[in-house]
Amino acid sequence: MTGLRVPVGPSDHIRGGRDAPTTLVEYGDYECPHCGAAYPVVEAVLGHFGERLRFVYRHFPLSEIHPHAETAAEVAEFAGAHDEFWAMHGLIFENQDRLSTPLLFRLAWALGLSQTSLREALQRRVYAAKVRADFIGGVRSGVNGTPTFFLDGRRYEGLIDHAALVAAIDTRLAERQPHP
Amino acid sequence: MGQILTAGTRAPEFTLRVTPDQDLSLSDLRGSPIILAFYPADWSPVCGDQMTLYNEIRPEFQKHGAEILGISVDGVWCHQAFARHNRIHFPLLADFEPKGGVAKRYGAYREGDGVCERALFILDRAGVIAWAYLSPIAVNPGADGILDALENLSNRGEKQ
Repeated sequence: MTGLRVPVGPSDHIRGGRDAPTTLVEYGDYECPHCGAAYPVVEAVLGHFGERLRFVYRHFPLSEIHPHAETAAEVAEFAGAHDEFWAMHGLIFENQDRLSTPLLFRLAWALGLSQTSLREALQRRVYAAKVRADFIGGVRSGVNGTPTFFLDGRRYEGLIDHAALVAAIDTRLAERQPHP
Repeated sequence: MGQILTAGTRAPEFTLRVTPDQDLSLSDLRGSPIILAFYPADWSPVCGDQMTLYNEIRPEFQKHGAEILGISVDGVWCHQAFARHNRIHFPLLADFEPKGGVAKRYGAYREGDGVCERALFILDRAGVIAWAYLSPIAVNPGADGILDALENLSNRGEKQ
């Protein structure tokens, strides 16, 4: 089984402890209902581990079947350029059931971001290359649907619920403890 | 489970229906690397994901000059509805009559179930199998293996 081919780097959006012993990477699609269902689970897991876990979200939009997924990813990147990636990330998932381009502009407004700049960025596809790079990195790592998680570079095959993720991360943290 | 054809074998020629009024022959595409993706059925969840994924990745395949063909035992009308529903832009071939005839020649037919295996073949520009992969039937194999194989083909000097 392929592992994560693209290591966490400067272009990634990171939450939790930057130097945490364990890293969880998610490949997700803002219009995918399974990712929407995973969102509160991941939030709770991040809350549970705090600085002991590093979390990275990468884009994997299946835009042919999810017509707003690519735009939503570019809007999140736009917000990221203004230090609001995670706020936008959360707002998009929390409003996933009514995702639309006008809604994405309203979310940008709610975060105090310029709608004019956002319109320009989307028209000029400023963030399309970053989204595509995430997608291709995912493909090369064997991502075949969303959400796909990697725990310390290894594909996570378990259930996407709180107990299973916490147990898997606890196991990794225990393995990372220096043995006396 | 049978044995699928392996790398180094000349890919058996075939002609199959691709739309209600069009045929496609493997030899029509000679000169380009070809990805043959045998899959069990239109509409089943894993296949849908797999073909949807290839649809999105197709530009990467095309960077290598490669075209992808999906093949199942579904008929042309079924393929047409499936392709429209999922906005699939590459050809889906109907290995429908005789049922699974092409899949059998590639060793990619499941006799008991009457469907194709989930099997991938990459053919080089001369029509020889360069890479073959049989996936567990319930597992979407993704595209990492395909892209690695296409890169190996390009590195082998296929570009000339």
